[in-house]
Amino acid sequence: MTGTAKKVLIIGYGNPGRLDDGLGPVFADEMEKLQLEGVTVDSNYQLEVEDSAAIAEHDFVVFVDADVSGPAPFHFEHVVPKHHMSFSSHSISADALMAMAEDLLSSKAEAYMLGIRGYEFNEFGERISPEARKNLDDALVFMKHALEDCDFAKYVNRFGVEGR
Amino acid sequence: MGATRKIIIEPVTRVEGHGKVSILLDENGQVTRARLHIVEFRGFERFIQGRPYWEVPVTVQRLCGICPVSHHLAAAKAMDVIVGADKLTPTAEKMRRLMHYGQIYQSHALHFFHLVSPDLLFGFDADPAIRNIIGVIKKFPELAVQGVMMRKFGQEIIKRTAGKKIHGTGAIPGGINKNLSIAERDFLLKDIDQQIEWSRGALKIAKDYTIEHLEELSDFGAFDSSHLSLIREDGAMDLYDGGIRMIDSQGNKVIDNFNYQNYTDIIAEEVKDWSYMKFPFIKDQGTENGWFRVGPLSRVNTADFIDTPEAEAARKEFKALTGGKPNNLTMAYHWARMIEVLHSAEKIKELLHDDDLQGEDLVVKGERRSEGVGLIEAPRGTLFHHYKVNEDDQVTMCNLIVSTTSNNVPMNLAVEKVAKKYLSGTEITEGLLNRVEVAIRAYDPCLSCATHALGKMPLTVSVVDHNGQTVDKKST
Repeated sequence: MTGTAKKVLIIGYGNPGRLDDGLGPVFADEMEKLQLEGVTVDSNYQLEVEDSAAIAEHDFVVFVDADVSGPAPFHFEHVVPKHHMSFSSHSISADALMAMAEDLLSSKAEAYMLGIRGYEFNEFGERISPEARKNLDDALVFMKHALEDCDFAKYVNRFGVEGR
Repeated sequence: MGATRKIIIEPVTRVEGHGKVSILLDENGQVTRARLHIVEFRGFERFIQGRPYWEVPVTVQRLCGICPVSHHLAAAKAMDVIVGADKLTPTAEKMRRLMHYGQIYQSHALHFFHLVSPDLLFGFDADPAIRNIIGVIKKFPELAVQGVMMRKFGQEIIKRTAGKKIHGTGAIPGGINKNLSIAERDFLLKDIDQQIEWSRGALKIAKDYTIEHLEELSDFGAFDSSHLSLIREDGAMDLYDGGIRMIDSQGNKVIDNFNYQNYTDIIAEEVKDWSYMKFPFIKDQGTENGWFRVGPLSRVNTADFIDTPEAEAARKEFKALTGGKPNNLTMAYHWARMIEVLHSAEKIKELLHDDDLQGEDLVVKGERRSEGVGLIEAPRGTLFHHYKVNEDDQVTMCNLIVSTTSNNVPMNLAVEKVAKKYLSGTEITEGLLNRVEVAIRAYDPCLSCATHALGKMPLTVSVVDHNGQTVDKKST
């Protein structure tokens, strides 16, 4: 359970059929098994506009995504709400989603991105590469620790478990 | 080859929301062709080989994160054939239909409110800084909220019929794995009248816009074409099942009530060296003339009627604009799409009041077969799934024709028309860039290859001269 009465939403997203792109959903599955009080876990192929409704009902949201080129094992950063849309995609970026939640639904949630470094993306396959799995395990340790006090801001720009 | 130069696209693999348009010029600087490049993974059809057939309706959802429900249902329908389930139980068929209407509803609503409405509400020439969802949120916040809530409602239906968003298992070979509880039904029913009201409003915006701008839209990426869709045996629009109907640009039925199990008798696919996408065509008409459009515009054009009252009234208005002939305006896709939103909302209400959804008879089986085809009208158009399965229950062959590939030629044509009208010299102006986007967006193409991770790319438009030199390039 979280160390505070704050409500936390964790959204892991990515495609489990595209190797390490599934890091977000696998992370969400592992977090869900913990059944932490005050923590809602969701997963999807990508972020979608209706996620703004759930975000507006929480104090914190942590997006968890595979990172193509970031630092290993993971990178934790603040998500600043910012409007922008791609020209045709039905998905939406985390910062645009937060801007939408803020402007449309008066959300006050603070948002963070946990980017877990992956390495293999360009094939079909429902498995996580061994290197990415290690990164995922580190990210899980980190998140369980961070949820103890929900003071996520102090972890911003941290890379890996040594940053705890 | 002639004076224009062939463009070979690099095998870029990580794209989502990424489109690349090349406009090719001749020696005189006139537009000769325009091509929309979409990178499509073909590896999936190989990946699925060797998998047990009963896993396929779940596994295929990995193909596309944008419309996993459509792939789920098309694959399940193909597997119904494999297990000899020629007629599903009423509970199974209606649960699948409910799931499907939920998918159509949420997909169309998102596309309209969050991607298209800025063009319609602010105009093509509006400052791009305003002509986007931010502008809509600021000036029409109630519309933006409606878009979110309509989308959410569709997702709530999917959650209760298909299960988890990322692991949907509702449809299985021969039926479904759950019915709809009374509590789930009542949860959805409490919002349905509001959803229908919002659907009416969205339809009105799309209809009024089309009629008010008819002169401009008549010359905006418009062209005659054939239209293909599934159709119910009595000629009604049916988004879940039916026979194949194709009409020509004048509305003559070229193909009608064709059993899609035999689709390879009438449809083939061409491979071109400049694209990884396939180009489906009607065999009898050849590769040059046999292309067709699919999706909302085609479905409203091919249907003799719609079996829900408000959507049928809307269809009649739509058809009256062209004297009963097919509407061939690219921008009429939006009006047709909103007719389908209202139809889906009406159908959802009808289904939620049907006690069959609480039935207990969920699965049927019959004589095992080795080959099956499943077609469905996905939000963007007709989706084909074709499988062969061996005696060990492993898939040995898979072929998919997704709607964006069927609309491949039409999208290229629409962009070409826009480029010919709006490209002046070799410079890509903001006006041209906007209009290329608008023309492509009308088809609601799925540019997603279902992998997304951090790092995305926008639409890039390049003008290439007769020497193959890129003379201008801009991105949105």
